[in-house]
Amino acid sequence: MQSSLQLTESGRLKHFLTISGLSKALLTEILDTADSLIEVGERQIKKVPLLRGKTVVNLFFEASTRTRSTFELAAKRLSADVLNININTSATSKGESLSDMLRNLEAMASDMFVVRHAQSGAAHFIAESVTPGVAIVNAGDGWHAHPTQAMLDMLTIRQNKGQFEGLKVAIIGDILHSRVARSQIRALNTLEVDEVRVIAPNTLLPTQVESLGVTVFNDLEQGLNDIDVIIMLRLQKERMHGALLPSEQEYFQLYGLTQEKLKCAKPDAIVMHPGPINRGVEIESEVADGPQSVILDQVTNGIAIRMAVMSMAMSGQTETKNLLAESAS
Amino acid sequence: MKIEITNGSLLNNQGEWQAFNSIQITNGSISSIYLNDSTPDASFISDHHIDAKDCYVFPGLIDLNVSLRDPGYSVKGSVASETSAAAAGGVTTLCCTPETDPVNDSEAVTKLISKLAQTSNKCQVLPLGAFTQGLKGEQLSEYASLKQAGCIALSNAYHPIKNSAITKRCFEYAKTHNLSVFINPIEASLHEGVMHENHVSTTIGLQGIPSLAETIAVAQLIKLAEVSDVHLHLSQLSASDSVSQVEAAKAKGINVTADVAVHHLIYTDEQVENFNSIFHCLPPIRSESDRLALLKGLKSGAIDAITSAHQPHEAAAKQMPFGESEPGISGIELLLPMATILNANDELPLTEFILAMTTRSANILSLDKPEIVEGKTANLCIFDPVTIWTLKAEDLLSKGKNSPLIEQQLKGKVKATIYEGNISFIAN
Repeated sequence: MQSSLQLTESGRLKHFLTISGLSKALLTEILDTADSLIEVGERQIKKVPLLRGKTVVNLFFEASTRTRSTFELAAKRLSADVLNININTSATSKGESLSDMLRNLEAMASDMFVVRHAQSGAAHFIAESVTPGVAIVNAGDGWHAHPTQAMLDMLTIRQNKGQFEGLKVAIIGDILHSRVARSQIRALNTLEVDEVRVIAPNTLLPTQVESLGVTVFNDLEQGLNDIDVIIMLRLQKERMHGALLPSEQEYFQLYGLTQEKLKCAKPDAIVMHPGPINRGVEIESEVADGPQSVILDQVTNGIAIRMAVMSMAMSGQTETKNLLAESAS
Repeated sequence: MKIEITNGSLLNNQGEWQAFNSIQITNGSISSIYLNDSTPDASFISDHHIDAKDCYVFPGLIDLNVSLRDPGYSVKGSVASETSAAAAGGVTTLCCTPETDPVNDSEAVTKLISKLAQTSNKCQVLPLGAFTQGLKGEQLSEYASLKQAGCIALSNAYHPIKNSAITKRCFEYAKTHNLSVFINPIEASLHEGVMHENHVSTTIGLQGIPSLAETIAVAQLIKLAEVSDVHLHLSQLSASDSVSQVEAAKAKGINVTADVAVHHLIYTDEQVENFNSIFHCLPPIRSESDRLALLKGLKSGAIDAITSAHQPHEAAAKQMPFGESEPGISGIELLLPMATILNANDELPLTEFILAMTTRSANILSLDKPEIVEGKTANLCIFDPVTIWTLKAEDLLSKGKNSPLIEQQLKGKVKATIYEGNISFIAN
């Protein structure tokens, strides 16, 4: 992976496109920065001036409520001006090209684009096309990456488990179509957990999934044995078509996380889910709302992580801009 | 018109380079050849003199699969622009795919393309007629009229055929009219992705096209060819297992031939890791083991020919996220610099590359053997294999600047191309 695209010459973040190519030290810096920003959300006046005077554009080519809202809140807490643009992809394909749209938005002196797009690599494409000084944060591209989701999950794990070393983590569900899983696996391996497992039927696993650095289990109970962290993935309804799965019932029977199945993991295992939850499809309500669930912590942490990444990428861009100005003078 | 080429090395019928003093061309044909042990006829006064010092001279290349984009896609290319590009690549004969608008499934379109090609007069253009009407994979095209109008063979131009019954009938009808069928093997139901399905597609989350999408189709097509006795030419094989299947079919005596696109011999799916849409092509560039199997297949004769699979695009077609970009590489002008890369890596000698794009391509089309002998039509390429240069987009005569070699340092440059005794290209 082209790490130089998202890093400055001195190795700092200037875009946040993927976990791939980022060091353990940099991921830890993101987590530490987020930790320090968590208390902002607890203040009476929930604002810090890190992005004051900057314009952040939320460019969402795919519908999203949760991710877009947390990015918007994060930007506002950093004192940025925020513009939300929701684009129906089919509308753009009929008219203005993505490149033209970006040029127009840049002409409005935007400083950062937060991008969600149905195509894998869309954030890379945009980062390659924008002028220097404009930061790109990937809010999910196709099946490729959702790096802020992965980092908020890492923050949640660290808060609950203290460290990554020695942990066994299981990711359960539709790995094939999941950008969340790809980013989580990359982050967990970079942070050097003991083991990452994926648990799913073969129809929901991509070719050569082991190459991502995971061990594969088809059986939920076996896969949960000795596990510290359980990450459930959302199952999209459309997976019932095209012969990927026979029915929601059979899926829940085999891969749904129930209180009974949860007993196979370590007693202090935590349960995570990126949301929105399909209760009764991938997870039982008693587990989602139970004492081992940290699902709402994930949402809170999402704002802090996004604040951290946005402020770090913006300062990386400032560094790049200053260097460019120096070399020009 | 009289042309004299002096002091180079020509490719003789034994596939060896032989130094010569002079090749003299008069009125379209090679009138005399003076090797380095004979003295040229001094009374020959040429209109053009080409100094071929340090250059190789060999028969003009034959490219089996070229999208001229004309009629219908003038923003991507035209017969004039793309045949000029062909000449700049050392090509003197090409087959153009039927994927035009309207599709070349009628006499009228075939004749239009031929007329445009004659006006341009840069190389011989042999149209491939549409295998089915509108390339929809449903109904037979008018093969007899297509043949009459000048189509050399039929092609599905990477469009899937609906079912095996239709393929079988098309093969039988093609055999009736003694036409070869050029088929890109694709099983549509397995062909939903945008790159090779492998660990790279898994890592970067692009939907993969498994090799199976090709190899299942190859198996079916070979069976159907065996039964109908048609000459089946498999276009642009990309997967290792396809090569073994063709090899086995040939050993059984089935009338099957195959080609490979030059970029499949050089690149692998690792190139896609950064979502570089230049490498978005169909069939997808696959893994290193596939690439090596394709090279091996060329050497063993399982694969007969090499093609540019030239697909010119306007810039905007590639300036979008990988999966939304249009597939294809503009390659016809850079065949020989690519051959030089393969030669330098000791993967394929230059002479074998040339053989695959001359004699072996001619055999597939049942054309005369291309050779440099007195009395033959002068279709020649003069190639300087040593010059090192950096390719700029504006250097390409093709309207499509979608080449992975842009801004790359290349070795080897076509110095001149002679088509039917006229200079169709000469380097500045």
